Amino acid sequence: MTETASTLAAIAAMAAVTLACRCGGYFIFARVKPTPFLRNALAHLPGCIFIAYVVPALLRDAPPSWAGALITIIVMILTRNLGASIAAGVAATWGITALL
Amino acid sequence: MQVIFTRAGFRRGVYRSLPVVLGLSPFGFVTGLVTAHHGLTLLDCVLMNSLVYAGAAQLVALANWTHPAPIVAAAFAAFVVNIRFALMGPALAPWLEKLSLPGRYASLALLVDHPWAISVADMRRGGRDAALFTGLSLPIWLSWIVTTTAGFLLARSLNLPPHHPIFFGALAAFLALLVPLWRGRVDILPWLAAGGTAAAVAQLLPHTSWYILSGAIAGCLAGALLDQRKTSHD
Repeated sequence: MTETASTLAAIAAMAAVTLACRCGGYFIFARVKPTPFLRNALAHLPGCIFIAYVVPALLRDAPPSWAGALITIIVMILTRNLGASIAAGVAATWGITALL
Repeated sequence: MQVIFTRAGFRRGVYRSLPVVLGLSPFGFVTGLVTAHHGLTLLDCVLMNSLVYAGAAQLVALANWTHPAPIVAAAFAAFVVNIRFALMGPALAPWLEKLSLPGRYASLALLVDHPWAISVADMRRGGRDAALFTGLSLPIWLSWIVTTTAGFLLARSLNLPPHHPIFFGALAAFLALLVPLWRGRVDILPWLAAGGTAAAVAQLLPHTSWYILSGAIAGCLAGALLDQRKTSHD
């Protein structure tokens, strides 16, 4: 497969899997009831997914990113504004990297 | 609940989408930058952002991108990160029942975190206009395509080095999304289990995305076991 074709195939595969995720939950849960244990486990999924992504990424990153991470979270707690938190975190990381 | 679908509800959705559009634009911009940074073309970028339309999953997939593209790994990353949508869809069921079958699945096709959260909150307060969700979803989808394309196009002229601090924006987006997901003390042990497992698996299996799924499963199991113990003690 050429590089272009493989990239388009990867995008198509991602799109198909994502569409199945978006529609599949409604499709299945309209028909079967999950057990209480499974329902409890699924309720923990959103937070655990993002934690599982950020912890190894932060451990790989340098100390300026750790400070940036702290700033991002503090600004989000105070403002609940996604854009402002991202901008503040990037600015902090950038500033500290420039200083060091 | 008598669910309705009105033009006024759609307009209210569009109006309420505007702060989200503004808030998400730096995230879209960074996603476009990262897409260019990994050597994808403008067509790839527009296709990915309009059809996959899941920034978090795209960033995870792009972090491990290769040429030729890693088809299975990219699909797997999309599955791991987007399986949360499968849990979110059923909460919209009372509104979706109002729509035709194609209408229901067309609405679900644009499902993302923010419009979902706003719609579910409106529904809990007694809101019964299903057009609110559509009105929220469409502008956010369109502006996602615009901001990612802008990021992609500017990446060429900015010509940033691979470890430029601006790429921290991708990680910052996930960190910020954790804040509204935090429900209090019940989350402490599951989140520790998820983070610890993910860190260990990332060490053991470098350059793969297994750490996300294994960390998420460890956290969910820890949480469900704790919930079970709590209910049996009550």
